[in-house]
Amino acid sequence: MYSTKYIKPNSTSEALEAIKSMGEGKFLAGGMTLIPTLKQRLASPDGLVDISGCDLDSISDEGDAIKIGAMTKHASVAESGLVNKAIPALAKLADGIGDRQVRNRGTLGGSVANNDPSACYPSAVLALKAIVHTNTRSIEADEFFTGMFETALEENEIIEAISFSKPTRANYVKFPNPASRYAMVGVFVAQFNDGVRVAVTGAGEGGVFRHAEMEAALSSNYNADALSALEISSEGLISDLHASPEYRANLIKEMTKRAVA
Amino acid sequence: MNEVTKIDGIGSSVRRTEDKKFLTGKGRYTDDINRPGQVQAYFLRSDVAHAEIKSIDTKAAQSAPGVVGVFTGSDIAADKVGGPICGWVVPCRDGSSTKEPPHPLLAQGKVRFVGDAVAVVVAETMEQAKSAAELIDVDYNELTPVVDFVSADKGAQIHEEVPNNCYFDWELGDESATNKAIESAAKVVKLSVRNNRLVPNAMEPRSALAEYDSLDESYTLHTTSQNPHLTRLVLAAFMFAIPESKLRVIAPDVGGGFGSKIYVYIEEAVCVWASKKIGRPVKWTADRTQAFLTDCHGRDHVNDVQLALDENNKIIGLRVDTVCNLGAYLSAFSVVVPTILHGTLLSGQYDIPTIYTNVKGMATNTVNVDAYRGAGRPEATYLLERTMETAAKEVGMDPAEFRRINFIPKDAFPYQTQVALQYDIGDYEPHLDKAMEMIDYSNFEKRRAEAAKRGMYRGIGMSSYIEACGLAPSAVVGALGGRVGQWESASVRVNPTGTISVFTGSHSHGQGHATTFAQIVADKLGIPMENVEVIHGDTDKTPFGMGSYGSRSLASGGSAISKAVDKIINKSKKIAAHLLEASEDDIDFKDGKFVVGGTDKEKAFGEIALAAYVPHNYPLETLEPGLEENAFYDPTNFVFPSGTHIAEVEIDPATGVVEVVDWAACDDFGNLVNPMIVEGQVHGGIAQGIGQALLEDAHYDENGQLLTASYMDYCMPRADDLPSFKVGYTNTPCTHNDLGVKGCGEAGAIASPPALINAVIDALSPLGVTDMSMPATPQKVWKAIQESQSVAAE
Repeated sequence: MYSTKYIKPNSTSEALEAIKSMGEGKFLAGGMTLIPTLKQRLASPDGLVDISGCDLDSISDEGDAIKIGAMTKHASVAESGLVNKAIPALAKLADGIGDRQVRNRGTLGGSVANNDPSACYPSAVLALKAIVHTNTRSIEADEFFTGMFETALEENEIIEAISFSKPTRANYVKFPNPASRYAMVGVFVAQFNDGVRVAVTGAGEGGVFRHAEMEAALSSNYNADALSALEISSEGLISDLHASPEYRANLIKEMTKRAVA
Repeated sequence: MNEVTKIDGIGSSVRRTEDKKFLTGKGRYTDDINRPGQVQAYFLRSDVAHAEIKSIDTKAAQSAPGVVGVFTGSDIAADKVGGPICGWVVPCRDGSSTKEPPHPLLAQGKVRFVGDAVAVVVAETMEQAKSAAELIDVDYNELTPVVDFVSADKGAQIHEEVPNNCYFDWELGDESATNKAIESAAKVVKLSVRNNRLVPNAMEPRSALAEYDSLDESYTLHTTSQNPHLTRLVLAAFMFAIPESKLRVIAPDVGGGFGSKIYVYIEEAVCVWASKKIGRPVKWTADRTQAFLTDCHGRDHVNDVQLALDENNKIIGLRVDTVCNLGAYLSAFSVVVPTILHGTLLSGQYDIPTIYTNVKGMATNTVNVDAYRGAGRPEATYLLERTMETAAKEVGMDPAEFRRINFIPKDAFPYQTQVALQYDIGDYEPHLDKAMEMIDYSNFEKRRAEAAKRGMYRGIGMSSYIEACGLAPSAVVGALGGRVGQWESASVRVNPTGTISVFTGSHSHGQGHATTFAQIVADKLGIPMENVEVIHGDTDKTPFGMGSYGSRSLASGGSAISKAVDKIINKSKKIAAHLLEASEDDIDFKDGKFVVGGTDKEKAFGEIALAAYVPHNYPLETLEPGLEENAFYDPTNFVFPSGTHIAEVEIDPATGVVEVVDWAACDDFGNLVNPMIVEGQVHGGIAQGIGQALLEDAHYDENGQLLTASYMDYCMPRADDLPSFKVGYTNTPCTHNDLGVKGCGEAGAIASPPALINAVIDALSPLGVTDMSMPATPQKVWKAIQESQSVAAE
């Protein structure tokens, strides 16, 4: 990697000051994507602002929602009693990310801010009607993800926490890419009193997305049979070495069936 | 089975003595070694597959921070340093020889694959070297890349010396007799198979550290090599034209090779050259991306097979036409792998009256292709065992029975095949029977029906393979185009207190030689294993030896050690006879003691050792003092392990995922020295075979870019991809080495891919699926199921 400056502030306000003091600075969360990118010399920021000391890693029960600090590691979410009780599907998702090393370094905020099209967390954010709390505002999930690796975050905006609404029931099932074990297709299904939300990750050219037809079908009948007659369109789905759009469309339906079974 | 004679002798599953350091992170690999004043080398590599170099501007790089030297092909040419050589060539059908284009250490006017080295930057640190390399400006005139090897003859010519991009066009066997057999056959089974291209992926990337001593004008090279003596020979004699005595090559702990570390690569040679040029030690270590791009790849064949059967389903002839990809330059053993190590294996375990094969080796704008675990034999076994299974299904026979009626009968050994090899011994029905028993073959249909109730397709498939390893004898190797001998060396030094230092020409890069070889010596001398130390991997310490590849270490290297120990025992008997005042003929050696037959007069081995080094009472007039013996062992034949592997799979039609649910491996490796180490080799081999059959695929796009250049896209087998293996053995001891041993290192990788693909096809056979290419990825299997269903619907 290119040599760069490294700063580790103690609060988000200090972090903001630090990043403003640099030309092209980058916030460093768990570093699961950024560090390999730097090592391969694919990025050369003027400095890194490590926000792991900014006290952003608490998990709390907010009544209708579970609020998780942005710097909470996947392993902490997976092991959290609060999360396991209120939204076990979210704990299951966190427990299936990467490997043990990744789960003990990677963070919720880092994953969501990066919005990798094959990351697991964005599907939970979208399906669980999450609110993304930043240093300046609160953003609804439906407004947050704007495209592959793109979000509504503005320059120097830090995710501080994310509140996930408690569903009546939910599940996350993924089909991992055989090589990388990222989600080739991951489906998060969440049922609320006002309907079912289905978010699909790993498959869309524009990143994570909600699947309206499946939501409608499952809202009237939360059962795998409700999906049998549905034809899943392959339009807009990713095509790569490992999966064609058609295969991904099949996996979307199959993983959703498994999620509600 | 082996009789356990001693607690740690031959036949005993002694724990690997080397594991303590490896498991506690104390292994000492090339990159762990640092020398005072050391600098780092970084290679600027071509990012285009095929181009002329119009110009290279290194000016800015030369003056970048920390840079001590920037060199290009013209600097190498000025010093007249040669490139890597091809260690084995074959004659072509038209009477010409293999075309051997030069392989320059750094590109000379042209680049031929993505990863071809264009320049080297040497700097104080690796980061400085990388930063400086970014300042080098190379102006390319891009040419059309040749990527598809089957149509490479019609592509742009890659080397002036290689017309039609064909390095060789070789044949073996009787073409007219084979064609006649095919014409007269009651049935001809035709099959076209592709052996997918693999990246070896040794855990330790390649590395080199070269140092020049200006006082005595000598070099020391630490490198990741499977055969340090051959590396020294090639570097000294063919590349630098210096005496071997001026170059010491040390291959310290090496973290896996699988064939990819046999050859001398350009990077090690450039480090040697630069260490003198700069006058400081030069280190280079590949990162994983460089390993993907520049380590020699493996396999990459297409084979057209025709198997002729008579009315009783007996094989009467076999014809195989093969085209294989050898990549941008001819690597050391790239020619022998698809020819001598492939064509000669086509008889398998079967009595085939006539065989003919033709192999075309093509140049492409991809990295070189050479030996990878099995090297030619997996390709031969794959095409043959896929064909056997297909033939059995086509003639309506159980695949096991179809194999059985075509096996070479037990009483036919030694058996002369129609493709040059003579099998010394074998007995194939017992391992077939045993493997079938281990996997409960007779109740398979019940398991298939039970799986069907769960909506799963269950299948079973087998592979009865032959392996030829411990390449030999040297005279035959030479006659077949080999440019090296194929013997192995050992030096056994008895120290004055009776401990032993064994110096072997073999090289261990994970195989456990320190344990296995010590067991042989301990067993033969009747001494504890802890008293035996095995030394390898240093040309200044060990006798000239050929290293480790092709499952040769035990059969060739172990036999050499055994012979050297025999010499020790013979000399010791003479010393014992003197000390015991008896005739040499009356001395018996047993359990570490020399005993005068019929008496209680005896001398322990340690007493003999001491007498040899403190010869106060010693027959100096007839015997030299000291106790150290060398042996150079040139085997009289290959060794021929064989076996049957049976795989059982379940396929989820909704996703196409193939789960390997059971595996039975029954192998005949002759006598086993350490059954635990052998079982480990079998496990590892099957894991790599499952990787090839289900997961791994090196994929270049049409521009010659390797799309699978990281673990994000290149799928390695993981523990959860594998079942628990059932491993068993039969034993027909090798007839021509003292230990009765064969090789076991590659058998798993040879046997497993066809067994697994046969099982996948069997699982899908109710849908009418009759073929499946490797790797059988979920997407591919799902697609085959969809297509079969749409055919059924029409």
